[in-house]
Amino acid sequence: MTDKTNSVEITLKNITKTFSDGTLALKPTDLTIKAEEILVLLGPSGCGKTTTLRLIAGLEFADSNGGSINFGDKNVTELPIEKRKVGMVFQSYALFPNMNVSENIVYGLKVRGIDTAVIDHKLAEMLKMFDLEKYAKRGVHQLSGGQRQRVALARAIITEPDVLLLDEPLSALDALLKARLRGDIRTLLKSLGITAVYVTHDQEEAMAMGDRIAVLDHGEIAQIGSAKEIYLQPKNAFVADFIGQMNRFEGNVIDAQLVLNTGKKIPLSSEALASSNANETLSMMLRPEDIRLTKVTDEQHALTGIVSSSVFLGDRTRVTLEKVQKEGKVIVDCFQRIEYPSGQIVALSFESKHLIPLQG
Amino acid sequence: MKKDKYFYMQLLFTLAVCSFLIVPVVMSAVAGVTNNYFVGIKSGFTLRWVEQVWMLYSDTIWLTMKIALATTMINVIVGVPCAYVMASSKSRWVSVFDELLTLPIAIPGMAISLGIISVYGGFSDFRSSWFFILIGHVIFTLPFMVKSVLAVLQSFNFKVLEEGAASLGASFWRRFFDVIIPNCKAGIVAGMLMTLTLSIGEFNLTWMLHTPLTKTLPVGLADSYASMRFEVSSAYTLIFLCLILPLLVLAQMLNNKKVQNN
Ligand SMILES: Nc1ncnc2c1ncn2[C@@H]1O[C@H](COP(=O)(O)OP(=O)(O)O)[C@@H](O)[C@H]1O
Ligand SMILES: [Mg+2]
Repeated sequence: MTDKTNSVEITLKNITKTFSDGTLALKPTDLTIKAEEILVLLGPSGCGKTTTLRLIAGLEFADSNGGSINFGDKNVTELPIEKRKVGMVFQSYALFPNMNVSENIVYGLKVRGIDTAVIDHKLAEMLKMFDLEKYAKRGVHQLSGGQRQRVALARAIITEPDVLLLDEPLSALDALLKARLRGDIRTLLKSLGITAVYVTHDQEEAMAMGDRIAVLDHGEIAQIGSAKEIYLQPKNAFVADFIGQMNRFEGNVIDAQLVLNTGKKIPLSSEALASSNANETLSMMLRPEDIRLTKVTDEQHALTGIVSSSVFLGDRTRVTLEKVQKEGKVIVDCFQRIEYPSGQIVALSFESKHLIPLQG
Repeated sequence: MKKDKYFYMQLLFTLAVCSFLIVPVVMSAVAGVTNNYFVGIKSGFTLRWVEQVWMLYSDTIWLTMKIALATTMINVIVGVPCAYVMASSKSRWVSVFDELLTLPIAIPGMAISLGIISVYGGFSDFRSSWFFILIGHVIFTLPFMVKSVLAVLQSFNFKVLEEGAASLGASFWRRFFDVIIPNCKAGIVAGMLMTLTLSIGEFNLTWMLHTPLTKTLPVGLADSYASMRFEVSSAYTLIFLCLILPLLVLAQMLNNKKVQNN
């Protein structure tokens, strides 16, 4: 398996999915997944991640509105999954209970009528690669969650598919195992050089796993880009709120400053000013880790808040502030080990380049 | 564990009910090997009556087994795909079909057989062959087969297993035989045992459908009670019990295993 598979580019053009009960699960979507790329589909439950994956897999068929799905040059829109040469790892793993670990892993090869000698050789390779040698003859119901996950993965890649599709493959595992396996899976996918689509609702997993992330919101792609782009330049409030924590400041632009409804002022960068008109209401977003808390020197004009709670999280202290704006709270991550008792008044400072203007 | 008087009262009641049911069966079985039942056990035991039954009625026993096996085969071939389609389909018609399929259990056997006779009775070759009885048995036992397989199919997510197999390149029939059938085995075997048992013991339908040349065991049994010595018909009962009891015990054992597994 060290030789790279001939991976393909996946292109979705104007793909829509309406279920028979009328649910519009995927709005008209264009999406290109580059060869050898790991694309993560990220979004809250019910946003259409699984549907998109199943459309790519050939387990669902898109509405007939002229849309198409291509694997490389090949139009696969009408092909069922068994003809698409995709590997799939299901959320529930879908291991066959009537077969043991080895039989599960080699099933795809047996279906294709591969030589027994070749099958045995590849099986040994897979068992070794996934550290399953001891469990080769075990029934799948005798395996732990992590072992099942590995069997599912081995079973999917042994046939050297063009495309690997994974639907929340780690969601059934505990946090520690999850963190370890996502590293392992990424390394594996990269060494295979396979085009992969990986579905998750966990933003941390998405950022660790994906070359690019597509954030889905109610059946459409809200934003697609690298983890950095999505985190630092979220296109809209949905993406900003879904990826990490985000504070939002709303006010009017007066004298190159954003004046909040409490009268407190935030200085704006020239870029932010350029994209806004004077006296217009404007929303700015700011990550908790970009804010520093300082002593109050000038209570009149400084941006201040009152500590309502603070939680020690080990690597940082998460402080929640009130009264910065009339409604809503501001969350600040402090990396110094300083105590912030409730009720204390603190000043907020940050670099204005960290403010993200909110569009739409 | 301390056993109070309610325990003993319950035990007594259970034993009383059991003996009410079992005593006649035991008496009948004993009568089948007794020299002269009116004299009693002291007249001695003999296999004479069993031999006589075998001479007179062995063809009914073979026919019964033939019909039971054929019914079981048809039920597997028809019932398993039927259950699969019902479990897969989201159509409203499934519940209508389910009702239709269950109907033969509720309708008296007489009515069903009259229906069969009035529709197919005109084809005299067919009417006088054992296939005529086979039809009745399939109609009567198919729902048990379908329900048994359906219950297993509904107990696990077979759709996702099928999708898993499909993702590995398996065609529909590969998936059906590699994944669906093996994982339904418990239901299929239970359904087969049920079918065998019901078919061997079926009387209502069969009595209406039979001809003098296509008598099954229960029909022959009724016949012998009407026209033979009591000991002969009792010996006949004994043979019937020997056929049916192992099947019942096997079915019960499978059932227990299933309960344990869950
Ligand atoms: N087979 C189906 N029939 C009808 N609606 C469905 C079906 N599958 C999914 N949906 C609906 O489509 C939407 C997207 O579902 P899904 O793709 O499973 O979301 P996700 O995987 O992001 O949680 C949801 O509203 C869901 O209820
Ligand atoms: Mg999903």
